Amino acid sequence: MISGAEIVIRCLQEEKVDCVFGYPGGSVLHIYDALFKQEQVKHILVRHEQAAVHAADAYSRSSQKVGVALVTSGPGVTNTVTGIATAYMDSIPMVVLCGQVPTFYIGQDAFQECDTVGITRPCVKHNFLVKDVKDLAITIKKAFHIAATGRPGPVVVDIPKDITAQMCEFDYPKNIQMRSYNPVVKGHLGQIKKAVQLLQEAKRPVIYTGGGVILSDAAEKLTQLARKLNFPVTNTLMGLGGYPATDRQFVGMLGMHGTFEANNAMHFADVILAIGARFDDRVIGNPEHFGEERRRVIHIDIDPSSISKRVKVDVPIVGNVPDVLDEILKLLDGNFKTDPEVANWWRQIDEWRGRDSLRYKQAEHIMPQFVMEKLYEVTKGEAFITSDVGQHQMFAAQYYKFDKPRRWINSGGLGTMGVGLPYGMGVLMANPDAQVACVTGEGSIQMCIQELSTCKQYGFPIKIINLNNGMLGMVRQWQEMFYSKRYSQSYVTSLPDFVKLAEAYGHVGMKIEKPEDVEPALRKAFTEHKDDLVFMDFIIDPVANVFPMVAAGKGLTEMILAEDL
Amino acid sequence: MDEKKMRHIISILIENESGALSRVAGLFSARGYNIESLTVAPTEDPSLSRMTILTSGSDEVLEQITKQLNKLVDVVKVVDLSEAAHVERELMLIKVRATGKDREEMKRMADIFRGRIIDVTESTYVIELTGASSKLDSFIAALDAGLILETVRTGVCGIGRGDRILKV
Repeated sequence: MISGAEIVIRCLQEEKVDCVFGYPGGSVLHIYDALFKQEQVKHILVRHEQAAVHAADAYSRSSQKVGVALVTSGPGVTNTVTGIATAYMDSIPMVVLCGQVPTFYIGQDAFQECDTVGITRPCVKHNFLVKDVKDLAITIKKAFHIAATGRPGPVVVDIPKDITAQMCEFDYPKNIQMRSYNPVVKGHLGQIKKAVQLLQEAKRPVIYTGGGVILSDAAEKLTQLARKLNFPVTNTLMGLGGYPATDRQFVGMLGMHGTFEANNAMHFADVILAIGARFDDRVIGNPEHFGEERRRVIHIDIDPSSISKRVKVDVPIVGNVPDVLDEILKLLDGNFKTDPEVANWWRQIDEWRGRDSLRYKQAEHIMPQFVMEKLYEVTKGEAFITSDVGQHQMFAAQYYKFDKPRRWINSGGLGTMGVGLPYGMGVLMANPDAQVACVTGEGSIQMCIQELSTCKQYGFPIKIINLNNGMLGMVRQWQEMFYSKRYSQSYVTSLPDFVKLAEAYGHVGMKIEKPEDVEPALRKAFTEHKDDLVFMDFIIDPVANVFPMVAAGKGLTEMILAEDL
Repeated sequence: MDEKKMRHIISILIENESGALSRVAGLFSARGYNIESLTVAPTEDPSLSRMTILTSGSDEVLEQITKQLNKLVDVVKVVDLSEAAHVERELMLIKVRATGKDREEMKRMADIFRGRIIDVTESTYVIELTGASSKLDSFIAALDAGLILETVRTGVCGIGRGDRILKV
């Protein structure tokens, strides 16, 4: 017989969890005591529970493993909610273990009590309250199973303190059967055949892929398929790295800040092969405008509710992306030929490409796009880029060419400012030798700045690329364009001296103010300071905007281009 | 009712666990779906509950409702009963004033609607009435509104006809 707390740790060991991100407190003291007595599961002590969940989330995003966070009851849990919602919106597998007040106190407004299951319910894939120590191991098994299978997502396990003290036999089930949860894996063969038929008839095709390709590790199969078909490929923000960005067939990211060629290809395609993407508002713009063109849509997704949610789908294929792509590849093996008219389509796409919609003018100030291009060169495109949310996120997505999956780590769905730095910590725990750059702005970075302390404690050599324009750039851009330049609350005054701040935490700080200093500073950071966290404060053009842009409510082809202004 | 917003009866088999009801109710409110009535009780297998939800919406909305319900981990099966032959019933308890000449009139109305008087005092009756929701509506409409003291309705429950069986 072992205690509930020891059962928790044994479960983590059985799940081959090598690290958890967390913060101790009253309700989890037994678990922290059990953690102390072993070495297999490392613990990263963050400075705020939100960061623990973001780090666990990035650990998942940058590997094929499930990230784990451990927090105490009450405020420990409420602090995790933003992180859980972030992971939920991007379908990231994660298990969050929360302490709870003892079972006999539940409902009594006890110290540090909150209704964890109630508060987290709308932003988790599933959650559990463990009421009996005998259910503890099987509940944790279910949590890992649910988090990682089907459309992945975060699962919360709420564990009252008395349960962690009670003694019980430990028996960890190898497999689990749940009558209410059986995600589909294989796609329907009849539908797949229909899809192949459509692909053969397509004259203006486009392959549109999202986070599902990354999450299901289908990037290689996608590349195989795309090459065989010779169709153009566009990725969503979440799908970047799913197809090599430097490849000729890649037309760039699509959507609100997508390239001219990607948005036009998507809009005017006669056949769209959508894979692990969900036609969201940032991708297709105004759905009525999008619906004006006649086209046929094939949609492969593990989640049936993503299909025909915003765009009517002609050939729905519910299944695990790599399994379905395998089937398609098998069926294409015969005498498949791309329709000869696709060559004309490529000519059209190359013409759109000729507009060079990501072109920007150099200025006296450092241009943020320039910093991204140099970052790409200096890291040879091999770095893991974590990003916060705002203009810098879009610049990174547009100018850093991701050839590999799981290298682009950002909050796409929820759009959570402050994730960048803790994301870097999670990436480094999953990939200890990786080069990690956190692309951020002076607004976002301050939302989780306290993690500079965690980075010092564990020696996380993140390179913080702070694109500092002294403004909440994306807010300012919208105010400039849609609110007659009434810059309501988008200035950040009284900014800290980031160099001194970095130094105060024991890190290296750099301030870069001239375009010619950008590349040398980056080189220095990634060579001389390879093993240090370097806070690089780039003072950039305060009025640089992100283009192309599809304004909210506009159609995908109604882009505002930099050259129009 | 306009054709685009049809009335639907959704039947759900769900794990009989605490919080299961709030998952379903929360899903409806979070995604802006209607709940006109909801009934829930354990089945012959006490580990499962059967839930019946009366909702309305276009075909697209109903497709999303069933897909989203199926996504809930506790949900075992979902069926839209109104897609095919089914029977539905609702139970109502209605307390009415029953004095003077109304006393006889109430009794006669209850008989016409095949209701039963299950509680009698000097001045009130409680009438039990079972049937399709429209029948209960008609009964209420047939009474003098001033005589109705209280109404309690269970909400719709329904079951498929013949071989249409919702079971694990």
